[in-house]
Amino acid sequence: MRTPATRLYRSLEGLFAVYKPAGVHWKLVRDTVETNLLKGINSAPPPALRTQVKFLLQSGAGSEDHKEVTLRPVRLPVLADHPLVTGPEFQKLRVGVGHRLDVFSSGVFVLGVGNGNAKFKEMYERYNTRDYTLEGEFGRATDDFSHDGRVIERTTYDHITCDKLERVLATIQGANQKALLSYSNVDMRSQEAYELAVRGMLFPEGKTPPILTGLRCLDFQPPRFTLEVQCMNETQRYLRRLLHEVGLELRSSAVCVVIRRLRDGPFTLQEALTRQRWTLPDVAQAICQDHSIRRKRGKAFSQGAE
Amino acid sequence: MALGGLHLCKKCSFFLGVRKLCSDLQQSARFLHSANVQFSSIPQSTFAARPACGPAWPVGITGRFHKPPQTETWKVTVCQYSDTTGVTLAGRDNQQLPADPAQTGLISKQSLFGTLPLSDSQAPLLDLDGSPPLAPFEEISEEEAVQIHAAPALPTVSVSLGDYVDRSETLQQLLKLGVNLSKLEQRPNVGSMLLRLDFHADVKDRLLFLKDVGVGDSRLGTFITHNPFILTEGLENLRARATYLRSKKFSRESVATMVSKAPYLLNFSIERLDNRLNFYQQTLGLSTEKTRNLVVRLPGLLCRSLEPVKENLKVCELELGFRPNEIQHIVTAVPKVLTANKKKLTEIFNYVHNTMGIPHALITKFPQVFNSRLLRIRERHLFLQYLQRAQYDPAKPSYISLHCFVSLPDRVFCSDVAKATLEDFELFQKTL
Repeated sequence: MRTPATRLYRSLEGLFAVYKPAGVHWKLVRDTVETNLLKGINSAPPPALRTQVKFLLQSGAGSEDHKEVTLRPVRLPVLADHPLVTGPEFQKLRVGVGHRLDVFSSGVFVLGVGNGNAKFKEMYERYNTRDYTLEGEFGRATDDFSHDGRVIERTTYDHITCDKLERVLATIQGANQKALLSYSNVDMRSQEAYELAVRGMLFPEGKTPPILTGLRCLDFQPPRFTLEVQCMNETQRYLRRLLHEVGLELRSSAVCVVIRRLRDGPFTLQEALTRQRWTLPDVAQAICQDHSIRRKRGKAFSQGAE
Repeated sequence: MALGGLHLCKKCSFFLGVRKLCSDLQQSARFLHSANVQFSSIPQSTFAARPACGPAWPVGITGRFHKPPQTETWKVTVCQYSDTTGVTLAGRDNQQLPADPAQTGLISKQSLFGTLPLSDSQAPLLDLDGSPPLAPFEEISEEEAVQIHAAPALPTVSVSLGDYVDRSETLQQLLKLGVNLSKLEQRPNVGSMLLRLDFHADVKDRLLFLKDVGVGDSRLGTFITHNPFILTEGLENLRARATYLRSKKFSRESVATMVSKAPYLLNFSIERLDNRLNFYQQTLGLSTEKTRNLVVRLPGLLCRSLEPVKENLKVCELELGFRPNEIQHIVTAVPKVLTANKKKLTEIFNYVHNTMGIPHALITKFPQVFNSRLLRIRERHLFLQYLQRAQYDPAKPSYISLHCFVSLPDRVFCSDVAKATLEDFELFQKTL
């Protein structure tokens, strides 16, 4: 029997993005979203109770000595179906996570509901890049490369200029570009490589170490600086180490203050839901939007192929 | 009790051990412990008072069912014994059965159960080795036919109270009150305990007592959902504890509020309650009136252990650096500080005092900051800082009080305090 709650449950299938705040474990985010969605689904009105015919004994009309005993059919509700006896209709919802963010970082965090979880495989096995904003601070080196770790080293940073920083970033980007080409499993001297490169389809396949496809400096105000990074197969700890190595290259040291993810595959900041919007209607709307975008992209792709 | 195993629980072995128990009761108790029993509806009286055997109670569950209107002559059922413990029953009125063969039959079964007293000579015994007294095609009168009530057997062991709720008066009455049976059945042993209760003997008196104390009718359901053990607590003890609280000059309404907010309160002994009241009065150094107010605001203080409270007080004094009179003021305004998580308390204080730059005196004036979440405080403070409105010093203009900062909902905070829209706040949250 399709109750309103069942209909809601079945219709909730797809991917959506939330904005994970810093200082919160990703599992807590996933659990909170699941709890809120279940609350919304279970708040749908419950179906009416089943009824059952029961026969009750009743003494009918008759003389004083000899009362006739008859059975009276009565339709009574089956109490075993009462919501206080059965509990909420749905107690678990399959909410899966995409690429995880650690406790220190914040940003776009993709979640999937129900059968939408199957789309993760497709999303992450293909070529998929992510955008980050890294804010660093010169002058310190810590054990876990973040600003609230145990300080190992203090250095000066007056000698650092924007120019020197950009030169270091260019070196790093060059090395990563080489890695990108070498992991693409295509012979660089072939015609195929040229054609792929012309179309912009030259990218790594399969398991690779973290590769930065783009790196630039957004802001430089010593001791603080901000970098924008596009990367693939990365972890947040790798990005913090990247900042530390940038500091080392500049003959100083640096720690990471903020890591923010701006984009994970096709999901950007615009679509990400803030904490106040982790409720059933907003999530359902976000999933619908994602579906319509995919359909449009699919149509455009098939039209392009023609 | 094991399903299919022939073990007796203490209650039933007690009944079996009682002298001069009529043999049909012994039979009934034995039927109790055989698995796969089919039965008809059970008369409502207690075991000892039952005039005839009401066989076939499921193993492990004892309870009272609806009394059918015509039960004066209950039918003794005959067991078709097999070597397994399976038993089938047919209905027949009480009969005087020959003693000796039945006795031998009983004794042979008794050996399985250990030593059991012999039955009285005058009680009707079943002839287990002979032919059954009731043949299936024997003619019976219309009245008897109408009174046969063959219902499917209740499961002997179940994980859900839903299997029993249609036939148990206690459960049906609790459901009417609004008790959440699905939550109670998840707690260990509570389900069996509820089924063993008799509504008219046990439950009704305690519900009336709770009404006397002042717990509202609409709140009885949630009360029992949180604390089902009130239904097994002794009535004299409950009354004594309620009287004790009144003797400590708590008004009737205060006692009602305390009992509603802390359902386990009346399960604790008078010594324990007294001990805790004295502790709070001595440690915090408050007057009796203020201690009373504190306990009425957070009656859970009387239920929980005192170690976390002592640790929290130490944290406030040593780590956070509040003076004793400041601690008194904070605790009377926000009693939750006594039971809050220490780590969260220190994190919030660290942010509010060191990052936002608010001194101790001002925090003491607005202790509700300790009630809110660090993430919320951080986002709002950074938003105000971005808008250059983060001014928390009362001496300077456009001062923002901590009360407005923490207690207002998002929409009101954005419009009144930050003078921005909710969408701006959300966009800002995505930049953190």
